[in-house]
Amino acid sequence: MRAVDALMECLKAEGVDVVFGLPGGANLPTYDAFVNGGIRHILVRHEAGGGHAAEGYAKATGKVGVAFATSGPGATNLITPICDAMMDSVPVVFITGQVRTELLGTDGFQEADTIGITMPVVKHSFMIIDPQEIPRAIHEAFHIASTGRPGPVLVDIPQDLSRAEIDYEPVGDVRLPGYQPRVEGNQKQIRQAAKALASAQRPVIYAGGGVVNANASQELTAFATSDRFPVTCTLMGLGAFPAPHEQWLGMLGMHGTRAANYAMDEADLICAVGARFDDRITGKLSEFAPRAKFIHIDVDPAEISKNVPAHIPIVGDAKHVLAKLVEEYRALEADPARLDAWWQRIEGWKTKYPLGYEDSSDSEIKPQFMVRALYEATGGEAIITSDVGQHQMWAAQYYDFPAPRRWINSGGLGTMGFGLPAAMGAAVGEPERLVCCIAGDGSVQMNAQELATCAQNNIPIKVFIMNNGYLGMVRQWQELFWDGKYSHVDMGEFPDFVKLAEAYGVTAMRFTDKNTLVQDMKDAIAIDGPVLVDVRVTREENTYPMIPAGSAAREMVG
Amino acid sequence: MGEPGTKTPLSLEELQAATNMRTGRKHVLSILVENKSGVLTRIAGLFARRGFNISTLTVGPTEDVQISRVTLTVDGALHPIDQVTKQLHKLVNVLKIRDLEPADTVARELALFKVSADGVQRGELVQIAEIFRGKVVDVTKRAIIIEVTGTTDKIEAFETMVRPFGLIEMMRTGEIAISRGRSET
Repeated sequence: MRAVDALMECLKAEGVDVVFGLPGGANLPTYDAFVNGGIRHILVRHEAGGGHAAEGYAKATGKVGVAFATSGPGATNLITPICDAMMDSVPVVFITGQVRTELLGTDGFQEADTIGITMPVVKHSFMIIDPQEIPRAIHEAFHIASTGRPGPVLVDIPQDLSRAEIDYEPVGDVRLPGYQPRVEGNQKQIRQAAKALASAQRPVIYAGGGVVNANASQELTAFATSDRFPVTCTLMGLGAFPAPHEQWLGMLGMHGTRAANYAMDEADLICAVGARFDDRITGKLSEFAPRAKFIHIDVDPAEISKNVPAHIPIVGDAKHVLAKLVEEYRALEADPARLDAWWQRIEGWKTKYPLGYEDSSDSEIKPQFMVRALYEATGGEAIITSDVGQHQMWAAQYYDFPAPRRWINSGGLGTMGFGLPAAMGAAVGEPERLVCCIAGDGSVQMNAQELATCAQNNIPIKVFIMNNGYLGMVRQWQELFWDGKYSHVDMGEFPDFVKLAEAYGVTAMRFTDKNTLVQDMKDAIAIDGPVLVDVRVTREENTYPMIPAGSAAREMVG
Repeated sequence: MGEPGTKTPLSLEELQAATNMRTGRKHVLSILVENKSGVLTRIAGLFARRGFNISTLTVGPTEDVQISRVTLTVDGALHPIDQVTKQLHKLVNVLKIRDLEPADTVARELALFKVSADGVQRGELVQIAEIFRGKVVDVTKRAIIIEVTGTTDKIEAFETMVRPFGLIEMMRTGEIAISRGRSET
């Protein structure tokens, strides 16, 4: 059997139902195998689009996403998605073609040192030097990508090796002596954590994307409601705890709610679950949660005490650890009344500082209004993807995510151009569910070419561009921190997004009136196939509240 | 403090955070890795991008052909060793890491010193070499090469002694280290 045919068998054995990719010289044999390979392949228009689509697919379904590219520029175009998947712990297997082995190291046509270039941003990578190794490498790649802390794994296959004949035998095991992620948390530590929680007077649960990755949303909710623990989530964790909810404080961090950030600031015990104390959360590290002791639950031991020293570290999968923690906590029969004073204080903040904005007095659409309108139009039930910038923060603030895997965005790397291809991948993975992309007018142009992919394959994503004609977040920072001197942030009215989308074969329209917005959105969503809507919003609106970079929670503005 | 398994309350005040962020001393990390291409690049790259500085690094085969040993020394005053080893553990090709305790470890380094030496100086250098149990491995009219084996401290002491003679070149292998006693490193 040709190695590439074996590759198809391996993908099927891993349950892969779709691959996003683009062929080229070095992966011609692989693409030949697709002809009768029995695996759906979606031809993207740019490898970055394919990589982000695979991420969107993985985030929506919880399965491993797969993206293919050829050697050289094909592989280098994948760098951003690979790095993005690394930062946000997304399980994706990237399979790249490489020049023939005899050309390796000679600067051959379309040769790039893909393994070398990607090494800093992969969870692991395999350079194939013997075609017989391909099946094992593929299975090990899937195993590494999807277990422990998920992440991107790359397999680089030279063209001549991919067409070689091999004796294919299904691989039933993985042999990775140096890779044994820990699933179960230490029981003694979990007991200790339960006791600390029972003693805490001002506890906060701070949950991150790890809870989503571990499919531990139910366990998190059970844990939080085993007492009246206040819950806040990071940008990546939204949906892990159902919002709205009486114990929900809103998102925390730079653009989080005051209730969440002030609660962190005054907490005596913070239970971090699958979160990594990123600088967007902590602000000024030396003044972060100064009164708190920390329980830190994470599957990646290197995250524990990396930025903030943990008092009770627990290495393990959130699903397992939280289930045990609930058990241990219940057994202690702590008195819920001890949290009354704490809740009074929190309710005070919630009442005094609700998320809010000043609505327009005319028909102008405020960006926050747009997100609420989409929430209404979708009944809060859509999968929402976003790009990066102001619109992303407003989406995070104003769309209450009731369940995990509904909010798909680029957090760690902050990749503009992520939203549209990610929506495409999510829609392919979850065909029964409505998928909407809240895009920025700046960001969407970075992968707008995938509209063609959506049109050709009738992938019915609904793209709502929050169009303010600016690189809005940069403009906001220039306004606030650079004396209002705008430098290269005005994008004007270019392009005409309606014409652009129509040229790609996508139904398009423009909304400018807030009074009909909800109904207009419903109508747009009801249209079959992909739709792009250019929503004109207030040009200069700032995302508030905000902790200025490097400041403490108490210095929140807006 | 409340014992696990009992209902004795636990006082939050008594909880201690991990404190070994900076140890302030040199650490010798003995790392077993799979003998696969690119492993050293992965380790070196990890150090570079995390801002950790490698003091010395040696790589060599072990008694098992599929496994190599990397011995590297890191300054625990500059870097959180705990974080260094945890990050190293995340590399799939890394099998085992041991942060060797200085008291329970035999560490050795080999160094070659090429020193200017004509006439009178040569005798004096040979004497110093003898004190350090070094070996003269090459002599020409104007230079002498001395081989010294020992701990880093000893090699540095020897360097201090011969530098005034005119140190033309010095080469050091970096430390290798093995644990004392019967148990494996």
